[in-house]
Amino acid sequence: MIVRIMGEGQLEIDDSRLTELNPLDDALSAAVESGDDAQFRSALVALLDAVRSLGSPVADDALVDSDLVLPFAEAHIDEVRELLSGEGLIPG
Amino acid sequence: MGILQRMSMIFRAKADRALDRAEDPRETLDYSYNKQRELLVKVRRGVADVATSRKRIEVQMSQLTGQSGKLQEQAQKALSLGREDLAREALTRRSGLESQITDLQTQHAALQGEEEKLTLAAQRLQAKVEAFRTKKETIKANYTAAEAQTRIGEAFSGISEEMSDVGLAVQRAEDKTASMQARAGAIDELLASGALEDVTGTAKDDITVELDRLASTNDVELELARMKQELTTGSAEPPRQIEGQAEPAAEAVADSVVEPQPAPRQEEGRS
Repeated sequence: MIVRIMGEGQLEIDDSRLTELNPLDDALSAAVESGDDAQFRSALVALLDAVRSLGSPVADDALVDSDLVLPFAEAHIDEVRELLSGEGLIPG
Repeated sequence: MGILQRMSMIFRAKADRALDRAEDPRETLDYSYNKQRELLVKVRRGVADVATSRKRIEVQMSQLTGQSGKLQEQAQKALSLGREDLAREALTRRSGLESQITDLQTQHAALQGEEEKLTLAAQRLQAKVEAFRTKKETIKANYTAAEAQTRIGEAFSGISEEMSDVGLAVQRAEDKTASMQARAGAIDELLASGALEDVTGTAKDDITVELDRLASTNDVELELARMKQELTTGSAEPPRQIEGQAEPAAEAVADSVVEPQPAPRQEEGRS
């Protein structure tokens, strides 16, 4: 499975390890729902750390789309909400 | 998966929309390729902009550090002349500068991180654009419009996702440098206004003026003492160049009440 960390590139994670990410993803979703930036930040950092440690980088010249996309590390909760709304934030 | 999957859907939907718009998907390939090259130029410019911003901060940090060192010296000099009030003033200003410097260090680290990330993003994008070009030529040479549609799929959405991501990263970097430029501009103004003394030494701050005045008063006292000595002994010693060596007569100044005098011009080059 291909995971993108925005601003950092793509990583490949073995499908068998995905279950380890599920609870972290749930925590992040809950944090975004709650609107609490501190909670969001710690959930995001935990998820990013897990993805970085589980994944191996995809080659620079590989043209594959990602199954999962993570916000950039210093993203504010409002930016992520805007990303999820699918409006405006992504240029072009 | 929850939120991560939703984010990837958004990227993919964007790629699909771009592909749907074209009647012949092979045209989309050329159009996209041009967009990719434009973006590549933009990312490289972004890297250069961030580097410029970083260098400007480096210059300001060294200016402020120089100022801070100078205020430290002034404090020491003022204290040796018995002027604790001046020394206190100099140290207060110095601590203000130190917090500015700390702030700049934080900004500098952030810009450095941004620069590294963007440089890597440019490398990634370049490799992908090159791979896309190869793929595009292969597809155009070997497939009809209808066949191309299915072949293009992942390559196109892969590069489209990369472009969205890199495009956003560049935009954020530009926003960041713009706000830092504004703050750097404010510090330049502060330096120019003399609130912090300009390192070029063109404007003298009030502490320097006061120290110069004290030094020149010392010079006068010493000169008078020397002349009196000459008169009594009748010898014609050549006048000694004292050049602000105030320390030896510090006590004399501390004890005497002196009237304010204009700052001596001969001290200009030393500040």
